[in-house]
Amino acid sequence: MAFAIQFVIDVLSLGGAYALMALGLVIIYGILRLVNFAYGELIMVAGYTMFLTSGSGLPWIIMAVLAVVMAIVFGIITDYAAFRPVRAKSVTAVLITSFAFSNLLQNAALLFISPRPRNVPLPEIFSETVSIGGAITPVRNLITIAASIVLLAAVAFLMRKTTLGIAMRAAATNFTMARMLGVPANLIISSAFALSGFLAGVVGILWIGRIGTVVPGVGMEPLLIAFIATVIGGMRSLPGAVVGGFLLALIDTTLNYSLSQDLLKFRDAFTFSLVIVILLWRPEGLIKGPASGQRT
Amino acid sequence: MLDVSDLSVSYGTIRAVRGISFTLGKGELVSLLGANGAGKSSTLKCIAGALKASGGSITLGGKDITSASPEQVVRAGLATVPETRDVFPDLTVAENLMLGAYIHRRDQAGNRQNLERLHTLFPRLAERSHQPAGTLSGGEQQMLVIARALMSRPTVLLLDEPSLGLAPAIVERIFEMIETLKKSGLTILLVEQNVNQALAVADRAYVMRLGTVVTSGTPDEIRATSDLSAHYLGG
Repeated sequence: MAFAIQFVIDVLSLGGAYALMALGLVIIYGILRLVNFAYGELIMVAGYTMFLTSGSGLPWIIMAVLAVVMAIVFGIITDYAAFRPVRAKSVTAVLITSFAFSNLLQNAALLFISPRPRNVPLPEIFSETVSIGGAITPVRNLITIAASIVLLAAVAFLMRKTTLGIAMRAAATNFTMARMLGVPANLIISSAFALSGFLAGVVGILWIGRIGTVVPGVGMEPLLIAFIATVIGGMRSLPGAVVGGFLLALIDTTLNYSLSQDLLKFRDAFTFSLVIVILLWRPEGLIKGPASGQRT
Repeated sequence: MLDVSDLSVSYGTIRAVRGISFTLGKGELVSLLGANGAGKSSTLKCIAGALKASGGSITLGGKDITSASPEQVVRAGLATVPETRDVFPDLTVAENLMLGAYIHRRDQAGNRQNLERLHTLFPRLAERSHQPAGTLSGGEQQMLVIARALMSRPTVLLLDEPSLGLAPAIVERIFEMIETLKKSGLTILLVEQNVNQALAVADRAYVMRLGTVVTSGTPDEIRATSDLSAHYLGG
């Protein structure tokens, strides 16, 4: 019983974080049909904001809010610096500018902060453990589950019940038509980058909460996870990103529990093999996105 | 109301529209006729801001909208119903209509009033309000895109091939609605391959061929002076 509870908590906490990462990536992809390769650096920005404000004496929650705000700001800057100037040009151009911006941010962190890991302040509760039905689990896992539930519900509400969300969904289906109804393209795209930044900021805090330190390349793994989760779930589907995130977490956790110590270092090879099998079965991902789609 | 002067539209080196001019008076219904590839839809897309003009000018109510973006064109009072019947399939009928009123989103009372009027005109849409638009029939989707365009309370409506691919009975109903809209004082530019029906509702018509206007006049003048079949069959 304790094992089952432990397993479920692990899958849900990892899955929640993966789902939020994937959602942040797919929100941009859905509208622009472009992968934001600088997405991982938004997580880095959140981490370094926590580090840089750690000596300020501010309450932790204010530092966390500042970290999320900075991720949002840098999300919007990504749009202005890497996407907007070349959006109407070729996909290749945007891929290169988004890689370049990602590199620029990482190198700025290397140059102006440090290549070495920096401690990020975390409240006591992040390192405490709790026993649930005999299973001992870190409280941060429960915080991650709660944060994921609240954020997934909030994103669902935004996308389904607000004019901005409905306009974003419409733009993801047919951008030109949405514009022909008066929906301003730039507002929708900037909102998508802001929302993506918001998710990256929260994920950044939860993710860095697991490792306790931030380095310039901290965003690489979340970007890769988000990318794989969206590919599994369906590149253009918001529910697909969430399903993909939880499925990837299920695969990872199952392998963690079932592989022997010798094989555990090859876990990623097993994970990717399963991802390939899923894609052979459903090449478009598990959930198909909107029927049509086009870029500006 | 709408003045198109010496308008040209190019796709790379291909000139789809070659310096055409026409006008729409207030409350007028003007048909733009011609075979496939005559440049009708390119003209409409250009007026709607979805394609850039390579020459000429477009003014709406005296305001130059030649290089306006699609969203600026809507705000200027011009709504477009594209030929591809672009409903947002995953959004409900109500959400599609709500987006049509995006530019008036702060005027909820006005939108409700407009919606009630449109529900009277298109009762099927009221019945299917909570259904995803992708599940509607072709005719219902056509009604939805027309109603959605009208939610922006336009002064000029561009209709691109509203009868395309629809059953004759539905086409008849669509044209009845176009007549009703015309009677309500709306200025309409209708692009249509169904010549007889387009001429039956139009005040004036322009016939296009290979990107230029070859004939214009009242429906009677067009019927009398122009060999329409030649323009449609390329003869």
